[in-house]
Amino acid sequence: MSKANLLDRRAVVSSLLADRKGAIAVGGLGASTYDIAAAGDHDRNFYLWGAMGGAVMIGLGLALAQPKLPVVVITGDGEMLMGMGGLATVGLQKPGNLSIVVLDNECYGETGGQMSHTASAANLVGVAKACGIADARTLDAMAEIQAFATALQDVFAGPRFASVKIDAANLERVLSNRDGMFVLTRLRGSLGFGPI
Amino acid sequence: MHARADAPAESGSEDTASWPEEIFAILQRFDVRQVPYVPDAGHSQLIERVLGSSTMRGIPLTTEEEGVALLAGAWAGGQRGVLLMQSSGVGNCINMLSLTQVFRFPFLTLVTMRGEWGEFNPWQVPMGSSTQAVFELSGIRVLRAAQPAEVREVMEAAASQAYNACTPTAVLLSQRLIGTKVFVK
Repeated sequence: MSKANLLDRRAVVSSLLADRKGAIAVGGLGASTYDIAAAGDHDRNFYLWGAMGGAVMIGLGLALAQPKLPVVVITGDGEMLMGMGGLATVGLQKPGNLSIVVLDNECYGETGGQMSHTASAANLVGVAKACGIADARTLDAMAEIQAFATALQDVFAGPRFASVKIDAANLERVLSNRDGMFVLTRLRGSLGFGPI
Repeated sequence: MHARADAPAESGSEDTASWPEEIFAILQRFDVRQVPYVPDAGHSQLIERVLGSSTMRGIPLTTEEEGVALLAGAWAGGQRGVLLMQSSGVGNCINMLSLTQVFRFPFLTLVTMRGEWGEFNPWQVPMGSSTQAVFELSGIRVLRAAQPAEVREVMEAAASQAYNACTPTAVLLSQRLIGTKVFVK
């Protein structure tokens, strides 16, 4: 199952969040949320357990509301494919503090490993570029992941988009909290917003 | 998505209608900051005001469901928003409307109606006919304005319950209010 030249998703996400400072991390439905949970629970983790296709737009709303904070959306290829129009919306708004990372295993790992469009046809980096996100690239090595983790702290130079080809092996699930109100209220609290 | 080819006599004053101004003033008073939209002729005056505003950000979408997700993120980041769309876009939002129940956030959407009150285009009728039921099945409260004189009151109520009580709310702006679209050859 494993290919030697593909990156380990848990190592990628741990590296992205290791020195996150005040960054907000949005996890797309599925394994990306488990990866963020595996890297360590945090007040500014925003886990999604549904709303497939909405991760980038939730990240955009956050990024526009909090322009001084880095916002990083970490999602999978299937989730990204469902919300590709959001890349055009991001390309139009150009929030400097928004970064999008797609963990691309070229399949729907959560539902049995069915092949996704990125396996042989769709090029998400090309889509992001064509939507006006100039800083769009593929990351192939852990050194590039670390450089991206540093870059995403710059809240003026985005938006940026990265696709990371990862090993498709299904890892043990690390379940995050799945109570939306808890996660939302905790994030808002960390930003200084109390209950209504 | 529809440019008016020729304004009907009954709504010939649309370009200077005061009710979009009333909506804009209420949104300002409630400190609305993010205004995602898919354009509609009935929203054109309000969209112009939003795009010219220094406190609101108009955010064009490729599809309406993006706006539901955007507003959830905006609220997580401390800002209020409102989604502008046409009735045909409501069906595009259904799964994303789960967010209003999962996050119980102050969701407000203003929907210009098609498929009613003298509609010319049969393609608008199915979604226009089910718009209110779709919202209600999704847990969204629905208020409606059919006359210019009632827009202010309805908007005031909708914004109050959405932003003060976190009660997800849709305001349907009826086709009678915005004027039936006229198709000319």
